[in-house]
Amino acid sequence: MPKQFLKGNEAVVKGAILAGCKAYYGYPITPASEIAHAAALYFPRAGGTFIQAESEIAAINMVYGASSAGLRAMTASSGPGISLKQEGVSYCAGSELPCVIVDIMRGGPGLGSIAPEQSDYNQVVKGGGHGNYKNIVLAPNSVQEMCDLGILAFDLADKYRNPVFVLTDGFIGQMMEPVEFPEPIAQEKIPEKSWVVKGTIETSDNVITSIELDPDDLERHVNKLQKKYSIIEEQEVRVEEYHTDDAEIVLIGYGIVSRIIHSVIDELREEGVKAGMLRPITLFPFPKKKIAELTERVKFFLTLEMSNGQMVDDVRLVVEGKKPVYFYNRMGGNVPSMKEVHDKVMKIMRLS
Amino acid sequence: MNKVLRKSDVFYDVYERRPGADKLTTTYCPGCGHGILHKLIAEALEDFGVQDRTIFISPVGCSVFAYYYFHTGNVQVAHGRAPAVGTGLKRANPNSIVISYQGDGDLAAIGGLEIINAANRGEGLTVFFVNNAIYGMTGGQMAPTTLIGQITMTTPLGRSVENEGYPIHMSEIIATLEAPVYVERVMLGDTKSIMHTRKAVRKALKIQIEKNGFSFIEVLSACPSGWKMTPIQGEKWVTDTMTKYFPLGVIKDISDTFEGRDFSRKNVEPSELHEILDIKETRIDAEKIAPFIMKSVAEEIKIAGFGGQGVLSLGTVLSEMGMRHNYEVSWLPSYGPEMRGGTANCSVKISSKKIGSPVVANPTILIAMNRPSLDKFETDVVSGGLIVYDSSLIDRAPTRTDVTVIPIPATKMADELGNTKIANMIIVGALIKHLGIMSQEIVLDSLGDVLKRKKLVPLNQKAILKGAEFIKNIK
Ligand SMILES: Cc1ncc(C[n+]2csc(CCOP(=O)(O)OP(=O)(O)O)c2C)c(N)n1
Ligand code: SF4
Ligand SMILES: [Mg+2]
Repeated sequence: MPKQFLKGNEAVVKGAILAGCKAYYGYPITPASEIAHAAALYFPRAGGTFIQAESEIAAINMVYGASSAGLRAMTASSGPGISLKQEGVSYCAGSELPCVIVDIMRGGPGLGSIAPEQSDYNQVVKGGGHGNYKNIVLAPNSVQEMCDLGILAFDLADKYRNPVFVLTDGFIGQMMEPVEFPEPIAQEKIPEKSWVVKGTIETSDNVITSIELDPDDLERHVNKLQKKYSIIEEQEVRVEEYHTDDAEIVLIGYGIVSRIIHSVIDELREEGVKAGMLRPITLFPFPKKKIAELTERVKFFLTLEMSNGQMVDDVRLVVEGKKPVYFYNRMGGNVPSMKEVHDKVMKIMRLS
Repeated sequence: MNKVLRKSDVFYDVYERRPGADKLTTTYCPGCGHGILHKLIAEALEDFGVQDRTIFISPVGCSVFAYYYFHTGNVQVAHGRAPAVGTGLKRANPNSIVISYQGDGDLAAIGGLEIINAANRGEGLTVFFVNNAIYGMTGGQMAPTTLIGQITMTTPLGRSVENEGYPIHMSEIIATLEAPVYVERVMLGDTKSIMHTRKAVRKALKIQIEKNGFSFIEVLSACPSGWKMTPIQGEKWVTDTMTKYFPLGVIKDISDTFEGRDFSRKNVEPSELHEILDIKETRIDAEKIAPFIMKSVAEEIKIAGFGGQGVLSLGTVLSEMGMRHNYEVSWLPSYGPEMRGGTANCSVKISSKKIGSPVVANPTILIAMNRPSLDKFETDVVSGGLIVYDSSLIDRAPTRTDVTVIPIPATKMADELGNTKIANMIIVGALIKHLGIMSQEIVLDSLGDVLKRKKLVPLNQKAILKGAEFIKNIK
């Protein structure tokens, strides 16, 4: 079996290279630095470029350049660095440049800590930079998914000409698990891009830009983006469900939290508690239909986060007060223990 | 002079991208330097026959719409970021000719970091730095190059040294770096100065076309609108006043000795990637693991000790060996709040079932390699669990009576083998022997695939055997 045992941060790099990514630009930050380490080692060998940029702002703009030139390109960082990248991400969204940004979340605000948190949800899922745009956001919860969703990220980025985030936490980045790597994508499978600027006669009439000074022109452009986002919402929702069929209470969480929920559900089921899990794999598009459907048949929701309650807002918008949505969180780098989650579920069930 | 004024083929005949009715004139004010510099660049690109290969980066500033005019590949970018975007463009297609065209606000203020570092890396870019001592586009605010005493919208009483400091000399700064090939300051004043600028523009582009070298041309340039002057007054102010603060001339030129840069990337076939990425088949010997595969295993292991004792690698070796026995495995290092005082720990799960949470709160096995680790984690171990501790370093026995305890003088044994660092492998050997969930033969055989430092494999094998022997003797 072609299994390899390695860190999430390394798996995402190998996956990216297998996906035909040829350019990595980044600035070191814990707990994402192993991504830069692996990229520095493998990108040049694999026919790509690696540059340690002077800042996250420079890194995302190098990605902007590489993507304008038609390459699959990526960068990676964590909280403070993602904040700096937001300007560039907004420009990528406006210019409709495909790119992949990996965010290995750490504690905030400010310098916060290097321990895992999920407090970048709002700045990544809601756009983060200025303007009416959305990122596609994929949320891996295993080292295998760091590879698989990393690869998917490049396909979606090209398909929709849109920035795609791989959003996860320090634990998923730092942990090691076995990974099975797929075959590399053949060059001809990567879609031909006619809009790029490559320094060739064929592309010398092309322009990459996000500026539209005429209000009607800009409105048309932004409306076109919104249409793209609705298509993404129609077509790209991905979830994992675990024992939701007959569940009375559904726990919602992503990243490392979903791994803990998974174990707690096993315990609860053994105790006869009808608990299930919904794990959004895509945070944008958010699984609205799925949650609406569950709202019809479950008694309670419990959203678990390592943030101050950022995703729970999205859950509540869908549930519309029809069923109670409870919330439990830990912050500062603490991870909710199985016992805490278990106790919280039992408390809710007793209330009923 | 006629040649300079003829409209180059590098410009579009009709500026279709320009909104509104006027598609024939530029957006620049009369007497503005941008228009003249555009012409010099266009003419050079035409003469050198590189129009098709050229990518022109439009900055944020009055030249934001340069892409209306230049019939080349065009990329419009965020304020100050052109050198970073240019880096991405050039590295992607080293054969392209990339022009980073920037104003003084764009390059010397908000984009200061990007220009310095692109210059320092020696990117194959040609930078045209339009120094008009003001922010033209936003209505005439102070620039880093605004002169002392110069009145702008944000220095209504004139730029003062006390509040704003001195005008920045970008060319001199860039010239202190080693990588830039050619740095010159020129001006757009009388015809003679324009003809000189023309030469500098051509030389800078040539350096990129022929040798992929980094050039930086600072162009002192009039902004009559921002300066509230007539075009004639503007030209005079550039010539008489700006040049006093910003002396003209070549500041650096190593083009004769510069050997050129090669930004080309390696040509790699997708079929080569698995090997390049060190993705190998993990040998799993079905016959040898047969006796273990029916076992129901659910070990949650906490391994803790000082940094440097090999705590983390003890965990990775155990997990990787577990993987080679077809168990589900996970390894999670401590980092963040727990990683204080030089102690390290990791959580390992080895299970015959799919692993949910990789976090180990209540270990079935605690491996304590120093006293603080035993003190910290002893109470967490599940009843009926196992504590293995390094009895050569820890001066107390665990107090728990509901768990199995194995004291093993691992550090002492490692010293006897001649290397303190392999205490961790002695524990691996002991644990594997004690648990009986893995084949010692497979462990010894695959050590070479698992360890990074191949030279140390024989020593590590010895340590594993020694640990196993220790268990055999106490049983
Ligand atoms: C991040 C950001 N900050 C501020 C601005 C507003 N802005 C547009 S152009 C400009 C100054 C441009 O001055 P300069 O680079 O000297 O170009 P000039 O117009 O003089 O040619 C500023 C501050 C912006 N577009 N983006
Ligand atoms: S404002 Fe100044 S820099 Fe801008 S176009 Fe007018 S003269 Fe040129
Ligand atoms: Mg200016």
